[in-house]
Amino acid sequence: MAVLDYGIGNLRSAQKSLERVGADARLTADAGLIRDADAVVLPGVGNFGRVAEAIRDAGLADPARDAAASGRPFLGICVGMQVMFDGSEESPDVAGLSILPGTVRLLPDTVKRPQMQWNTLTVKRASPMLAGLATNDEPPWVYFVHSYAVEDTAATIATCDYGVPLVAAVEHDNIFATQFHPEKSGRSGLRLLSNFVERAKKEDQ
Amino acid sequence: MTIKTNTRVIPCLDVDEGRVVKGVNFVDLVDAGDPVELAARYDQQGADELVFLDITASSGDRDTIVELARRAAEEVFIPFTIGGGIRSVDDARRLLRAGADKTSVMTAAINRPELITEMAQEFGSQCVVVAIDARRSLGENGQPITASGYEVYTRGGRTPTGIDAVEWSSQAAELGAGEILLTSMDRDGTRDGFDLALTRAVTDAVAIPVIASGGVGTLDHLAEGVTEGGADAVLAASIFHFGEHTVAEAKQVMAAAGITVRPPDA
Repeated sequence: MAVLDYGIGNLRSAQKSLERVGADARLTADAGLIRDADAVVLPGVGNFGRVAEAIRDAGLADPARDAAASGRPFLGICVGMQVMFDGSEESPDVAGLSILPGTVRLLPDTVKRPQMQWNTLTVKRASPMLAGLATNDEPPWVYFVHSYAVEDTAATIATCDYGVPLVAAVEHDNIFATQFHPEKSGRSGLRLLSNFVERAKKEDQ
Repeated sequence: MTIKTNTRVIPCLDVDEGRVVKGVNFVDLVDAGDPVELAARYDQQGADELVFLDITASSGDRDTIVELARRAAEEVFIPFTIGGGIRSVDDARRLLRAGADKTSVMTAAINRPELITEMAQEFGSQCVVVAIDARRSLGENGQPITASGYEVYTRGGRTPTGIDAVEWSSQAAELGAGEILLTSMDRDGTRDGFDLALTRAVTDAVAIPVIASGGVGTLDHLAEGVTEGGADAVLAASIFHFGEHTVAEAKQVMAAAGITVRPPDA
């Protein structure tokens, strides 16, 4: 499994959490390794424009698009999710990767920005990726840090309530992404990553 | 309109040369002095976040605390902050690269407040926690030294700065801090509970989250920090370290007080 390494942000936490749930996860910017990986993960923290540019500077834009188009499981996390879309109000001059259609918008000024807290997920569409996250009839609790969120599209599978509903997870065929940080979301987050790893193993057979 | 966020419970580990100090007393720890082992235990108990404070006296050596961040990233799957001895953007960068989610600054930010802005621009405000140690302080004439009556101290509460703690918290927020870690040095170690007037003064003054710290002796104290102090998160050390109470018990008491917390088994 390839974790795309474009040099900024907390990439190592994502890699280590995938290792914890049984993945052979490598931080890499090598196009060959990414092409041969059974699944690809695009983590991200920080500013949309800086992350999108760092991905391009590392030569990872096309390998990421190719991986997503190949049908292999693909997971974007937080700003890694946001850059999979067309663009963001945070950095209007920088294009996203357009792996999924849609725009990333600033949270409304009626709420505290960033949303930095644990919050619950409301599942909009059942997905094997979200299986087993809930415990004892409680909805899944996951950790968010973000000031921007993807607009609601047909790909939305889960939202969170932050005064307004915000898109928390999307899925389209093999492409999956979360606004929250599964690598920092304790048991629920590790379960989600485990679901992703199991899916990658299954499709590799 | 401000949305009240879900309250976080944050155990704090004081670390000296890579080892937990103040002692811990979990019966089944292999190595009670290893901060990563203890941190993983708190993660399993339902802690929402962790803070490691590096109190190493010889502050020249940054490698030990960076190594701690690296190891914690392998064993801890909740957000963690590292503070203590961070003097520059580069110090913070090394810790964040190693796996820390946030870095906390205190003395360096008082000496050079622009550091807060530089860190926020480089990493985002969510990575920048400004730690404030405050005391009620009176001058020789018996009158408060500062407008709020609370003064910022450094060096573990030993060195007064003459700076108003409430004004400094507002200034830190304006400069780009993402969060305030507010410790009452009058209460720290007393087990008498948070200084709720101090906590309330700061939570009323800033829009960013405030972590209340210093003085927790009972689980009810944690709840008061939120219901009376208005804190967004509560931090404690000794009540958790000595096995008196688990994080799960803390959350049960807080939930019973009407506070929304992530259930410990979620």
